[in-house]
Amino acid sequence: MSSETEIAVEDPTAPAEDSPPVTSTRVVEIAVYLVLVALALLLAFDNWRTGMGWASDGPQAGYFPFYLSVILAGASLYGLGTMFFNPSEGREAFVTRDQLRRVMQVFVPTFLFCLFTQWLGLYVASFVLIAGFMWMVGRIALWKSLLTSFVFSMIMFVTFEIAFDVIMPKGPIEALFGY
Amino acid sequence: MEAFTLLAHGFVVLLTWKTLALMMVGLVLGIFVGVLPGLGGPNGVAILLPLTFTMDPTSAIVMLSCIYWGALFGGAITSILFNIPGEAWSVATTFDGYPMAQQGRAAEALTAAFTSSFIGSLFAVLLITFLAPGIASFALQFGPPEFFSVYLLTFCSFVGLGREAKHKTIISMALGLLLAGVGMDTVSGQLRMTFGFSDLLRGINFLVAVIGLFGISEILLTMEERLALRGHSARISLRVLWNVWKDMPRYWITLLRSSAIGAWLGITPGGAIAASFMGYNLAKRFSKDPESFGKGRIEGVFAPETAAHASGTAALLPMLALGIPGSGTAAILLGGLMVWGLNPGPLLFVEHKDFVWGLIASMYLGNIVGLVLVLTTVPVFAAVLRVPFAAIAPMIVVSCAIGAYAIQNAMFDIWLMLLFGVVGYVFKKIGIPLAPFTLALVLGSRAEDAFRLAMIGAGGDLRVFWSNSLVGSITTLAFILLFWPVISKAVGRVSELLQPAKRTG
Repeated sequence: MSSETEIAVEDPTAPAEDSPPVTSTRVVEIAVYLVLVALALLLAFDNWRTGMGWASDGPQAGYFPFYLSVILAGASLYGLGTMFFNPSEGREAFVTRDQLRRVMQVFVPTFLFCLFTQWLGLYVASFVLIAGFMWMVGRIALWKSLLTSFVFSMIMFVTFEIAFDVIMPKGPIEALFGY
Repeated sequence: MEAFTLLAHGFVVLLTWKTLALMMVGLVLGIFVGVLPGLGGPNGVAILLPLTFTMDPTSAIVMLSCIYWGALFGGAITSILFNIPGEAWSVATTFDGYPMAQQGRAAEALTAAFTSSFIGSLFAVLLITFLAPGIASFALQFGPPEFFSVYLLTFCSFVGLGREAKHKTIISMALGLLLAGVGMDTVSGQLRMTFGFSDLLRGINFLVAVIGLFGISEILLTMEERLALRGHSARISLRVLWNVWKDMPRYWITLLRSSAIGAWLGITPGGAIAASFMGYNLAKRFSKDPESFGKGRIEGVFAPETAAHASGTAALLPMLALGIPGSGTAAILLGGLMVWGLNPGPLLFVEHKDFVWGLIASMYLGNIVGLVLVLTTVPVFAAVLRVPFAAIAPMIVVSCAIGAYAIQNAMFDIWLMLLFGVVGYVFKKIGIPLAPFTLALVLGSRAEDAFRLAMIGAGGDLRVFWSNSLVGSITTLAFILLFWPVISKAVGRVSELLQPAKRTG
């Protein structure tokens, strides 16, 4: 016997199905391969400088990574090749405009959060991030957002700083309270 | 048998109030992680790992493995009630689980899922109990060449057996191995690939990369989708429980088959997700009534759930016995072992008996407690999904940042985590698999050390990898697996030529 009650959660700002694509998977894939080839060349050069040959007692420090860079470059070039020989591959959208907007809605606050952590400490930054995100992106009532983020940040502080002795970056506000 | 005595000892280690409490906390957190969108087994374990840094290794691994079991159980809840697989391995559970919920049989489907998960795990744990010590003591004779060949086998089987495009798997793996080499070279003490950045001297921490790749990128991906949910809620009554359990023995072949498939694929690196699909498909193929699958057949829940749990658990076997993780989550647990100062590998069974047997005992106990817990608290966890994602997403971000920072107390790691988040997002979207990267990053320096020690021992002669029958056969097997797609195609063509009459399009 199961009591059936529906659970429903709405998503008013969901990305539209017909939103125009920003770029295709193909373009991104080619770009990634190019970046990987460049990275592989850079690392190969660095390892060649470190020494990629054999010393009297075995391989030098750069030996293993040098050949890995070669493998990485080879696989990436192969990937580039498949892209050029199959012009129809990866024509689908990598990300649509609506999707990109939503992804940026998380990415930009996360980036700012990392920046704030450096100056204000992690706990204050997390309070700002959660409250701001809930209020501005989630359109949740301001008092609910502030309360939730305050409670969450306090729980984190008590759990990590006091109960488990895991030290987090702290800023001026924690200093006021002697931490 | 020796295993029994040791296992009993493991239970003694475990049965303290502190450990049992941690077990409950781990299970509850794990089910949360499994239910919430944008989180999953590997992310949950990676994010919560910092909590365990100040614990003793046994308590730490008990809590982490319980998070893992909890996540496995939690994945089934969302698959059945909401048709949203919380994990890749729960996808097959939705095929029959969600139709059952639509027909008002959600409680039945959930009971079936939890019970069969339990059976799958139990099968795999029994396997670990009796097989792992043997494998470990055999592996104690391994020298550097043998270890390198085993690592090579792991990497090659990922490339050869993985379903992704081969060059993408190779890219992922080579990148992971390269990044594992950044920093101080352990053999010569030289600096490599640091380009003068002092933050890179420490190297790129495996866990930081994992938190970014799985945690942050998963949030970015989740935001892309429509987050509206519609689902059923269910309460499991004793009557339903009894009915399902009464019917269960009839499906013993399905359960046994799925357990065996799961255990086998779990031990093979990179097989965990395939297991649930294979379990499902085989149950369908051997069924007398394959048409009824996908329409709410209870066997269609039993089969994939048993296989998924068996493989998730069996993935810990090679990790314990050889120091080689069979899955992404096992790789993270392996990273944890190193943080707690344990050296993963066969020596664990000799040097840290308490730890190993405590862990194995916790697999038994954790699964029993987990089964009772999910059966009684399903409505609570299903309600978690009512919490808006706008509140959950920033909390996950904060937890990720705490996790990344705590590992080495470095602000640089938080930025690195963000970078890996973007990398993970792009890689997932263009189909570069992340599991080989994770595995390569955690095993990279050990594989390189094994290679160089073997080379030093042999005076730079590559033939050392074929110097005796053991290392020779492992190395050869590695190359066979690497070129498996080519070989199987060739074999197929030859047999086709031999039997032209039986050829089917």
